[in-house]
Amino acid sequence: MTETVVRREIGSPRRRTEDARLITGRTQWTDNLQLPGMCHVAFLRSPHAHARITHVDVSEALERPGVIAAFSGADFAAEQGGLPCAWVVTEDMKHPEHPPMAVERVRYVGEPVACVVARDRYAAADALEAIDVDYEPLPVVTDMERALADGADLVHEELGTNASYTWTFENGDIDAALRDAPVLLERRYVQQRLIPTAMEPRAVVCAPDGDGFTLWSATQIPHILRLMLATVTGIPEHRLRVIAPDVGGGFGSKLQVYGEEVLALLLARRLGRPVKWTESRSEGNLAVHHGRDQIQRLTLAAEQDGTIRGLKVELLADMGAYLMLVTPGVPLLGAFMFNGIYKMDAYSFTCTGVFTNKTPTDAYRGAGRPEATFAIERLMDELAAELGLDPIEVRRRNWIRHEEFPYETIAGLTYDSGNYEAATERALQLLEYDKLRAEQADRRKRGDTVQLGIGVSTYTEMCGLAPSRVLGSLSYGAGGWEHASVRVLPSGKVEVVTGSSAHGQGHETAWAQITADRLGVPFEDVRVLHGDTSVSPKGMDTYGSRSLAVGGIALVNACDKVIDKARKVAAHLLEASEEDVEFTDGGFRVRGVPGEAKTLQEVAAAAFAAHDLPEGMEPSLDADATFDPENFSFPHGTHLCAVEVDTETGFVRIRSYVAVDDVGRVVNPLIVEGQVHGGLAQGIAQALYEEAVYDEAGNLTTTTMADYLIPSAADLPDFTTDRTETPATTNPLGVKGVGEAGTIAATPAVVNAIVDALRPYGVRDVPMPCTPERVWRALNPQGGAE
Amino acid sequence: MPRVRTKVDGVTYEDEVEPRLLLVHYLRERLGKVGTPVGCDTTNCGACTVLMDGLSVKSCSVLAVQADGHEITTVEGLGRGGELHPMQRAFHEEHALQCGYCTPGMIMAAIDLLRENPDPSDAEIRRGLEGNLCRCTGYQNIVRAVRRAAAEMRAGGDADAPAVPRPEAEVTP
Repeated sequence: MTETVVRREIGSPRRRTEDARLITGRTQWTDNLQLPGMCHVAFLRSPHAHARITHVDVSEALERPGVIAAFSGADFAAEQGGLPCAWVVTEDMKHPEHPPMAVERVRYVGEPVACVVARDRYAAADALEAIDVDYEPLPVVTDMERALADGADLVHEELGTNASYTWTFENGDIDAALRDAPVLLERRYVQQRLIPTAMEPRAVVCAPDGDGFTLWSATQIPHILRLMLATVTGIPEHRLRVIAPDVGGGFGSKLQVYGEEVLALLLARRLGRPVKWTESRSEGNLAVHHGRDQIQRLTLAAEQDGTIRGLKVELLADMGAYLMLVTPGVPLLGAFMFNGIYKMDAYSFTCTGVFTNKTPTDAYRGAGRPEATFAIERLMDELAAELGLDPIEVRRRNWIRHEEFPYETIAGLTYDSGNYEAATERALQLLEYDKLRAEQADRRKRGDTVQLGIGVSTYTEMCGLAPSRVLGSLSYGAGGWEHASVRVLPSGKVEVVTGSSAHGQGHETAWAQITADRLGVPFEDVRVLHGDTSVSPKGMDTYGSRSLAVGGIALVNACDKVIDKARKVAAHLLEASEEDVEFTDGGFRVRGVPGEAKTLQEVAAAAFAAHDLPEGMEPSLDADATFDPENFSFPHGTHLCAVEVDTETGFVRIRSYVAVDDVGRVVNPLIVEGQVHGGLAQGIAQALYEEAVYDEAGNLTTTTMADYLIPSAADLPDFTTDRTETPATTNPLGVKGVGEAGTIAATPAVVNAIVDALRPYGVRDVPMPCTPERVWRALNPQGGAE
Repeated sequence: MPRVRTKVDGVTYEDEVEPRLLLVHYLRERLGKVGTPVGCDTTNCGACTVLMDGLSVKSCSVLAVQADGHEITTVEGLGRGGELHPMQRAFHEEHALQCGYCTPGMIMAAIDLLRENPDPSDAEIRRGLEGNLCRCTGYQNIVRAVRRAAAEMRAGGDADAPAVPRPEAEVTP
């Protein structure tokens, strides 16, 4: 281990290195690539939610100007394999074949059935209309509850059921808790389906490259993608290089192995030339995986004083038409979070994954945890209302107190640290909670048509995915470690290679801050490389708020190994014993001998020249480290939302929003605040604006940004953010992760606020998104005047 | 095929184009001006915003032929002599971008907003940028950045302000 490190960079609001190219348009998005001989791919997609393909004829498309090739799914049937699902959650999980391009059946609107390769994107798009496909429509299943009824039509006939799996977890005597408790709340909440909507649409370029292929993709997971492409196509892994160049956001949507990526590779192989495919937004809304989509049946048992006894969770989770990379596992990440920050004696969780004729679902920012947090935080407000308690008070009576950490929860996790009291206290101050409650009482008394509501959300989340042994116990198909290497170059400059794959998070800045502190070198002397399997050969990529809490620790460990080696070299140069050499402030000194020192740069030069190294030491100064976390990390916080609800129009205005988050030690407060803001925007958007809507025939009716409403600047308030800092105890930086916190916390805060405003009118729920119409209908259950 | 003559970021181009070619595809694929990205196909997101004769347009909803005879400024043409435009600087200083995909369009739209209103309130900034969507930042730092750039540009006067041509007449693309 190294001695005390002078902290200069960690904690400082460094402006980001990556901005320089992003604000000047010098960014390298995948769609920017132009390669000699490159041709463009367009996909023909199914207009039916469920149909048998009886005939495909691409011959007329081949006659169109500029068309180089055209293929149906059948043309690739022998080599396209099936898209992977890496998370087989139960032994008997039903896992249907999922060809990248449909061959015999289509099962959702937007599924690829044929493709054209042409000289340019216009020619490719034009030729799609010349492809002739005959479909024989089949019955469509869109509703999960009806999908499970006896005699329901089947999405996959050969499976004999629409249920993919049922997964259960139980701890404590839930039946006794429900039987004996004096207070029983039963609720049904729906997590509507969302479309992740990263601003950069998906794009992929693939080029033959000697005896292999290079594939650029707008992906979060270049390493996982390489392995999966090899598995699916049979092309050996070492003949594939995957590059994630600048990637314009992901939010889980680019944590995927998409059919278009597989087909780009197969097309490049078949045609022997580079191909590019870039989706349009309307195409993406149909074919990028969706998120959420759960029906939650919840039973909470409590004492009269508000003490929780037990919680029973019964979930239906919409898988869509197929299982993609981690589709079945997403709702199960929530299984460990429904208990939130609270103590209870009994807990049971059951989740059934259900097939429907809709776009597959998979990870979207928070992935299972927002759904769970919504449920428990809505229930806590309902419990408070039932008992006539303040929602803060009912939480206080149940949460884990700061002196009780580490704490093993009813869901089997060990929360290492936290201070819910401190975060809540700070949030109450910032919102001026008591003052707003007084105003609320006044408005209620006056019968104001605009009512005030205050919503509470005291959340935690498990992030830093994940300890490999835990993933193994959950039958996940890979480990959860991360890799880093640190190379001190002969000139003393430093290259850092990380297996994390940033797509907006700012790793190039934050990783350089960590390295600068750890090695005692200037921030400007560090360059961070990522997102290319040839540059960064090992990695598990970026998702689940894991980059800092796992990848950042791998980096720390690699830096420490560099210092350990450098100390040996320095001791040799200083003619001292290694034990007597200390490393402080970027230099090696003999303890108690002032003056004489060797800088890291001098040591690097000596290690490079190798003229005079200790006996048996290898030249060069670099190190690799792989870190596998021992536990998850558990950020937490208290979010308070105040809304004004117009009881005549149903319009909701967020008046103020306070977020106090505890994400442990902070490397860059600017980046952390930005992540919180963006997370809040997406969480609020689920509460108020966004929903992927399907009609009865299985058509997505929100295919464009005109229909699927992601909020604009005019739709969102200014946020008040602050932090408490309770370091994680399970990693040397004390960091926890921040990528998903805002999204997890915000949705229940907003809905709780709306319901709080409307309780005097007998309203106890408003389905999401809480549009003016839905709020109005909640106020007017009889329909009222049209 | 129609011929178009445009000046893009100070360089004059003359090309034959398909009548249906979108300006953004002309910029990206014919001129190699890939600094302007495409985020949607319904003119909602604004990622492709550029200035045409100093006024912001979404280049996905302008045909290349409509740009004939006009001057286009993209994010690549901002700033002078290696100096960043005050708006670019403000986006950097205020951490008004994360993935950066919406940023070129957001910056161009914000510059046009300040042309119309050099001292906007927060609410005016939010309304003024309603046609530009960002999925990462929650907009708060974008609002801060625009406010900062506005202050700087007012203080600096026109001399330091941007190398963006002033509109001589309203252009209806």
